[in-house]
Amino acid sequence: MSILRVKAITKKEFIQVGRDTFSLLMAFLMPVMLLVIFGYAITLDVNKIRTVVYDQDKSSESRELISRFRDCGYFTVEAYLDNHLDIDSNLDSGNAFAAIWIPRDFSKKLQARIDSPIQIILDGSDSNTATIAQGYILAITEEYNAKFRGVRAVPLVDARIRVWYNTELKSRNFIVPGLIAVIMSVIVALLTSLTIAREWERGTMEQLISTPVKTSELILGKLIPYFVIGLIDTLVAIGMSVFLFDVALRGSIVLLIALSSIFLFGSLSFGIFISIISKSQVLAAQMAMIGTFLPAFLLSGFMFAISNMPKPLQVLTYAVPARYFVSIVKSIFLKGSTLTMIGVEALLLVIYAVAVFMIANRKLAKRIM
Amino acid sequence: MIENDIAVQVRDLRRTFGSFVAVDNISLRVEKGEIFGFLGPNGAGKSTTIRMLCGLLKPTSGGGSVAGFDILSESESIKQSIGYMSQRFSLYDDLTIEENINFFSGIYNVPRQKRAERKDFILSISGLHERKEELTKNLPTGFKQRLALGCAVLHDPSILFLDEPTSGVDPMSRRNFWKLIYDMAGRGTTVFVTTHYMDEADYCGRLALIYRGKIVAEGTPADLRLRFMKQDVLEIPVDRPVEALESLEKEGLESAIFGSALHVVVDDAATEIPRIERILSAANIRAGKIEKILPSLEDVFVALIESS
Repeated sequence: MSILRVKAITKKEFIQVGRDTFSLLMAFLMPVMLLVIFGYAITLDVNKIRTVVYDQDKSSESRELISRFRDCGYFTVEAYLDNHLDIDSNLDSGNAFAAIWIPRDFSKKLQARIDSPIQIILDGSDSNTATIAQGYILAITEEYNAKFRGVRAVPLVDARIRVWYNTELKSRNFIVPGLIAVIMSVIVALLTSLTIAREWERGTMEQLISTPVKTSELILGKLIPYFVIGLIDTLVAIGMSVFLFDVALRGSIVLLIALSSIFLFGSLSFGIFISIISKSQVLAAQMAMIGTFLPAFLLSGFMFAISNMPKPLQVLTYAVPARYFVSIVKSIFLKGSTLTMIGVEALLLVIYAVAVFMIANRKLAKRIM
Repeated sequence: MIENDIAVQVRDLRRTFGSFVAVDNISLRVEKGEIFGFLGPNGAGKSTTIRMLCGLLKPTSGGGSVAGFDILSESESIKQSIGYMSQRFSLYDDLTIEENINFFSGIYNVPRQKRAERKDFILSISGLHERKEELTKNLPTGFKQRLALGCAVLHDPSILFLDEPTSGVDPMSRRNFWKLIYDMAGRGTTVFVTTHYMDEADYCGRLALIYRGKIVAEGTPADLRLRFMKQDVLEIPVDRPVEALESLEKEGLESAIFGSALHVVVDDAATEIPRIERILSAANIRAGKIEKILPSLEDVFVALIESS
């Protein structure tokens, strides 16, 4: 291995990236944009459920019940209806997600201490939100009942729940760290996937392979600039998480950067590998997107809990390096984990990175065909 | 068996792509310090051969050595001692001239103390001293070719392989380029050059003509003319070429006008010259001295292909 040759290649790649507006945009603007878009767009928290009310009773009891919905912070009353047909049209058009229908005899039955039903209609086409809304509704009516009866039923089992790590249960707190991992795996693989394919397309590869340069020198020389870019991106993403999204970083930033570097090395090698086997930039970019974005998004545990997946898919997730990295980033951010707690994941990342680098090195033949 | 004065030697080299035979069992030998020309039309197998010699392409069968190293098993050692300039321009367009030179200096591991001197040398042979900070993509083709040649010899290789180095270059630049090749050869570098320009063949010390993957003739340019051109070509300066041409062709003589002279192809000069003189004087055309001239290599090549 000649340091001089690696240096020559690294320097050349730096110059080329620096002169290529498209690469620069992809390297620096795209991660920031993705983080902003996804960071604000993806939220699993359910609040501000748009609600319409059809109150036929118009009594002080019914008004109190409605105000409980309105004031808890999870429901916003969009309209008061005076026709039950309007409930249909509001839900059909998506104008409202929930409808509360209080019948004419609501207060009368309450005072008579007999069952007093109200009708609540939810839009089940978004089952996740509907399930969560159902929980809120039950809690509100339960509380209302207790207040109205004047006596609290004494429960036999009293579950006192405390939430650790993400005490406010804000979904942003676990989405943003996971997002860093997803974005990093896509961007760096995409960037490097173009580098060797570009040399084949422009005919410069033929010149390179006629020289004594070794494949490992070529790959390493091409990795270094993108590694630096990836590291800058990582720091920016961490900074944005902490300062823009208010996600507290509980663990060590040094550990986070060290493990990010290992992950970067693996993702970059994967991009190079794609570049070597595809030999064309368009194909390489598509393969990099499909090969990193889909698994990182769907199979890493970033969006969907791995434990809820069917068994065969669960097995498949072990082959997705983003799975380990997502879990590492989340642990360091939210739990403040130290290396001993995430050692297995870290080790697997190292193995992955070294393996992919070696495969790429073997695949890069210094031959034309 | 490696002889000291042999730069390139191959036996029965063959390369197929599917059912297409690109190079069909060729054998050749190039001595050190030679300018060896590899001549043939497009698609004859020139590039495929040169790529096999440089270790860029594996032969289907056959073998040989380049710079004393086996082309099958020691291709990486070959790459240390050769310079290669591919048919397609293969420097980095988005780098400046100087950055390209620096890059290849690094790749060839040119020692630090020699770098400045080599860079200076390349800038002066390519005539690019003043333009070294320009992007390579803005250069005219002739300059690009000379810069590419410069980058291929940065490490002072003992053998230089040039694949169609002058294609698409204007005649003036072609002449300058050949002057550079002569300079390299003068310093002891072996030059293996392919071309499809027949007029460039005369610049080479020795030639091999390749056609449809096979070598159809080999030798010095003079040698090839003598051995393969059986007929004689006569040059006749005349005052009225068009009328002279008409009267000669009426007598069944194959003629062509070259400026103020005629070229006539005949089987035997000795018997035909008096006959031509008679025909011309009968037609009242004043003719100068009739001389036997050398056929061009193009004539030789056409004759060879027609007979094969």
